[in-house]
Amino acid sequence: MNSIKETIVERALLLSTIVSGAVTLIIFGFMFFMALPLLREGNIFQILTGEWSPGGGSYGILPMIVSTLAISCLSVAISFPVSIGCSGFIGVLGPRRLGRSLRRIVQVMTGIPTVIYGFVGIFLLVPIVRELGGGGSGMSVITAALMLSVLISPTMILFFNDSFERVPAPYLDATDGLGASAVQKLVYVIIPNAKKGIIIGLILAFGRAMGDTLVALMIAGNSAQVPGSIFDSTRTLTAHIALVIAADYESLEFKSIFACGMVLYLFASAIVIGIRYFAFRERGVE
Amino acid sequence: MKGYVEKLVIGFSWFSMMTLLFAVASIIGYLCLKGYSSLDVRLIFGDTSALDALLLRKQVFNGLFPAMAGTLVLVVMSVVWAIPVGIATGIYLAEYANARIKGVFNLFFDVLAGIPSIVIGLFGFALAVFLHKHFSRTIQPCLLLSSVALAFLVLPYLIRTTQMALEGLPESTRFGALALGATKLQNIYYVLLPKSLSGIMSGVILAIGRCAEDTAVIMLTGVVASAGVPRSLLSSYEALPFYIYYISSQYTGPEELLTGYAASIILLIICIVLFSAAFLIKKRLTYIAFYRT
Repeated sequence: MNSIKETIVERALLLSTIVSGAVTLIIFGFMFFMALPLLREGNIFQILTGEWSPGGGSYGILPMIVSTLAISCLSVAISFPVSIGCSGFIGVLGPRRLGRSLRRIVQVMTGIPTVIYGFVGIFLLVPIVRELGGGGSGMSVITAALMLSVLISPTMILFFNDSFERVPAPYLDATDGLGASAVQKLVYVIIPNAKKGIIIGLILAFGRAMGDTLVALMIAGNSAQVPGSIFDSTRTLTAHIALVIAADYESLEFKSIFACGMVLYLFASAIVIGIRYFAFRERGVE
Repeated sequence: MKGYVEKLVIGFSWFSMMTLLFAVASIIGYLCLKGYSSLDVRLIFGDTSALDALLLRKQVFNGLFPAMAGTLVLVVMSVVWAIPVGIATGIYLAEYANARIKGVFNLFFDVLAGIPSIVIGLFGFALAVFLHKHFSRTIQPCLLLSSVALAFLVLPYLIRTTQMALEGLPESTRFGALALGATKLQNIYYVLLPKSLSGIMSGVILAIGRCAEDTAVIMLTGVVASAGVPRSLLSSYEALPFYIYYISSQYTGPEELLTGYAASIILLIICIVLFSAAFLIKKRLTYIAFYRT
């Protein structure tokens, strides 16, 4: 009797595991099949490398891919130095009390909804960029990248900090014993030993910047063109999906957003695989 | 290392800290400065009395009540879908699965956790189009669909927190009951689950926070700017984050914009409280939060 119950429960748990796992595949399947007519009719390279001009019958998503990469890279580049500085501050350089409070604040930051970054961006950051950027609407690559850099910094800081803390204590004791200063400890011992954690944190933050919809949608300006400068208005893949909900479900325009979905899905998978690769290497070394 | 280089590094870390604090303070400070004056009961219930609105006797036209009610219903429903499946999957992976199955599913859930939320929203939308075409003309983006899509979004958190909480239990806890003759199921139910409850709870709270915060999924699966308090699972609805997005682009006057600021403050408080609670309950497990985009 008891063993039947055990089996039933195990089967039920297995079933829910299979259902959850299937979700991952079904999402990709849907993207693929909805985009299939487009992939079949148009050349796939034309979609990935063409311009976006629905009037002219061209449904290329290259501008969106480029601006997604541009905004994500720029925001990571802005955020990285500040994040590494903050992690150093929390880890060894700052007064212990202050470091701990900073860490608490960073943790709270992870709870700020992205729509709020976008909302404040529109009314606070956009006018400033408009003034400094010399004309234009102020909605541009740099506006979105600046706001995103704030959004992704908690990810980086907490992750960096965690990999700092995993540096074996005997190393630190030895460094202290040799009479190293806090800066020397950070630069010569902690950062080299936490290198892989830093790389994973960077990839993770890049993924977060890439996947965010609301900030880019609200403050990047949304014109579907390859940005020529950081003060140009542009549209990311995520914002593109949010914007093009055409009424006609059979139109190629509508189908092209699933190509965007697929590209984002593949980017996300690549990021996960990259993280796993580095995480595995880290474990392999130890 | 030369003295001035050291000073430079220390100076840089202080500079970074202040830059970050300045950014956060200006975002939150700006919201509070602009919005606090309009934070009152009228903001939520408009001209309707609070009691009438709560009992659904009268509709609220110019307040945040329908959006807050929509968010509440949405969060509860999503969590109701996601919790049983998520926790069951976590238990299976931690306690039953062999190494190879675990490896495959861990990869799946890592990918699921990494998928941008707009793609999950797009999936929900495509699902609605598909069902509309092939099953029933009455199916359209609605509360039910949004809640299912949101459940997909938070599923990986629940799975991971459950799995990690169970796997983190020490061997001494794990084998005590088994040695006394308990079956595997009894051991899980009476010993392992209660012991890892705090970890699982932090996952649940994180999931609630994600559902309350997310805008990208719901904007493709049925949220609209004005629908009143949700009356049916198959109708469209309002939600707080979408209201903020909508106001930012469509406000007609300074007064309406003020409600946007106030709505932002309310959402901010809800989310920060939930995330801080999750952090307090289990610091380490909250890691998974950062996989999400």
